[in-house]
Amino acid sequence: MPPAPAPAPGPPPAPRTGPADGSAGSPADAVASAGPGAGGAARSAGGRGVAERLLVRRETVVHRLPAHCKLVALLGFVLLVVATPREAMWAFGGHALLLAAVAVAARVPPGLLLRRMLVEVPFVAFALLLPLLAEGPRIGVLGLSLSEPGLWSAWNILAKATLGVTASVLLAATTDVRQLLLGLERLRLPPLLVQIAAFMIRYLDVVTGELRRMRIARESRGFTARGPRHWGVLARTAGALFIRCYERGERVHLAMLSRGYRGSMPVPHRAPAGAAAWARALALPGAALVLCLLALATR
Amino acid sequence: MRRREHVTAESGGAGVRDTPAGPPPSLEVRGLGYAYPDGHRALSGVHLTVARGERVALLGPNGAGKTTLVLHLNGILGGGEGGVRVAGLPVDREHIAEIRRRVGIVFQDPDDQLFMPTVAEDVAFGPANAGLRGDALQRRVAHALERVGMAAWADRPPHHLSFGQRRRVAVATVLAMEPEILVLDEPSANLDPAARRELAEILRSLELTVLMVTHDLPYALELCPRSVILSGGTIAADGPTAGLLADPELLRAHRLELPFGFDPSAVPPA
Repeated sequence: MPPAPAPAPGPPPAPRTGPADGSAGSPADAVASAGPGAGGAARSAGGRGVAERLLVRRETVVHRLPAHCKLVALLGFVLLVVATPREAMWAFGGHALLLAAVAVAARVPPGLLLRRMLVEVPFVAFALLLPLLAEGPRIGVLGLSLSEPGLWSAWNILAKATLGVTASVLLAATTDVRQLLLGLERLRLPPLLVQIAAFMIRYLDVVTGELRRMRIARESRGFTARGPRHWGVLARTAGALFIRCYERGERVHLAMLSRGYRGSMPVPHRAPAGAAAWARALALPGAALVLCLLALATR
Repeated sequence: MRRREHVTAESGGAGVRDTPAGPPPSLEVRGLGYAYPDGHRALSGVHLTVARGERVALLGPNGAGKTTLVLHLNGILGGGEGGVRVAGLPVDREHIAEIRRRVGIVFQDPDDQLFMPTVAEDVAFGPANAGLRGDALQRRVAHALERVGMAAWADRPPHHLSFGQRRRVAVATVLAMEPEILVLDEPSANLDPAARRELAEILRSLELTVLMVTHDLPYALELCPRSVILSGGTIAADGPTAGLLADPELLRAHRLELPFGFDPSAVPPA
């Protein structure tokens, strides 16, 4: 019986160091020195991913605050806005001024802020119908007969939703997505939820890329979605995308298992936020609390 | 020739184990068989021994069982006949954590492998699972990224990198676990010629045991002195890569083809 596998050329125990390797220097170094252009950086030149495009890069006090402080501030602010009685219209003006002050401090352009606030529109559209549909005493406005409680409800929803959306848009514009996730983790959100969110962000671009290629493939064969008759095709695209995502999920899980994953992600090192950071972040809900209490007291 | 080498590879595996001196082979697959739950038989009687420091190409047509074999190497699949040893350690439930550290698999699509938000965190994932923390972890990550020439990209999200760069980072993610054997699934797939050459240079510089699963015969010839052909779930041939590629009948029998105009005898062997 031969002592070593016959087809193996050279002494098996010795690590392979050909003369070419020794003289050529470290290829890794050569590659690194070639800079970002090496390896075809077409993709990296393509710009930031979907999730990162929300961040407006600036060096301001608001940007520098730790993400978990900002998250707590946002949550506190939104709760206080919701708690403010709807009759105290001036208090909502005050809340809006507070957000405007944050936007100025964070140097977020007003135009960009307004454009992003449009995401609210589909969600509050029904609020505009309330004055027409609600019961109760009616008043005439510009020849329309509107319900008074309906008007109050619509105002309540619109004002509070708009303030909440604006505050969220400001958070997204001043905080890196990655930091937001770490912030959620520090606030003791269940790790599984944070992991799911992290994977969503990581694969958002991969999935939108896949969707784009499927659309191009559809259109290259003469398809354009023009009406309900084409919804079947779009539904099948969605189905195919779901299956692809599911299969990718399986492959990712396999890759994780292969590197020793046993149900929990490694926890990165984190420095605690100082009292100063907390004080700055909580200034916003603090001011909102004053407004809310004043509104309740003067009711 | 095929038959003889098959037999020596088989008995060679046993021979190495019986020899008291020298390290055990990096990989030892003995009589491995596996059928999927639906009854499809993917592997039967696979014998393969890869000595320490050897670079071996695993060639075979689609559906030959290459991926199934790879998933047995770190215990993702198992429960069939035969067994696998990695540097002497059997692949079983009891040793699964250590086996997964020893066997570094680089999957075909780097987007499957790079799932963490930044390159550095992704490279840290494996060693952190193995219990490494703090400065030691940072050093391990930095070293692995240097070895593939990606240290400057440590804080970037993986989807900002080019495909070639992502493939290199994927190699770094397993190098960080200091594996006994590096298993690459179609390493040259979707790479442009420059990225392909850069990866070849990196792989040659690593001084690691490598098992490379590929259809890319010139790449196998360039990097691996020895090749095995897996076909129909068994090892059909095992020998020097140049010899196997010079046998057109053998290649044809297993649906392997050289690119147009490629002459393996005109290339200096790896």
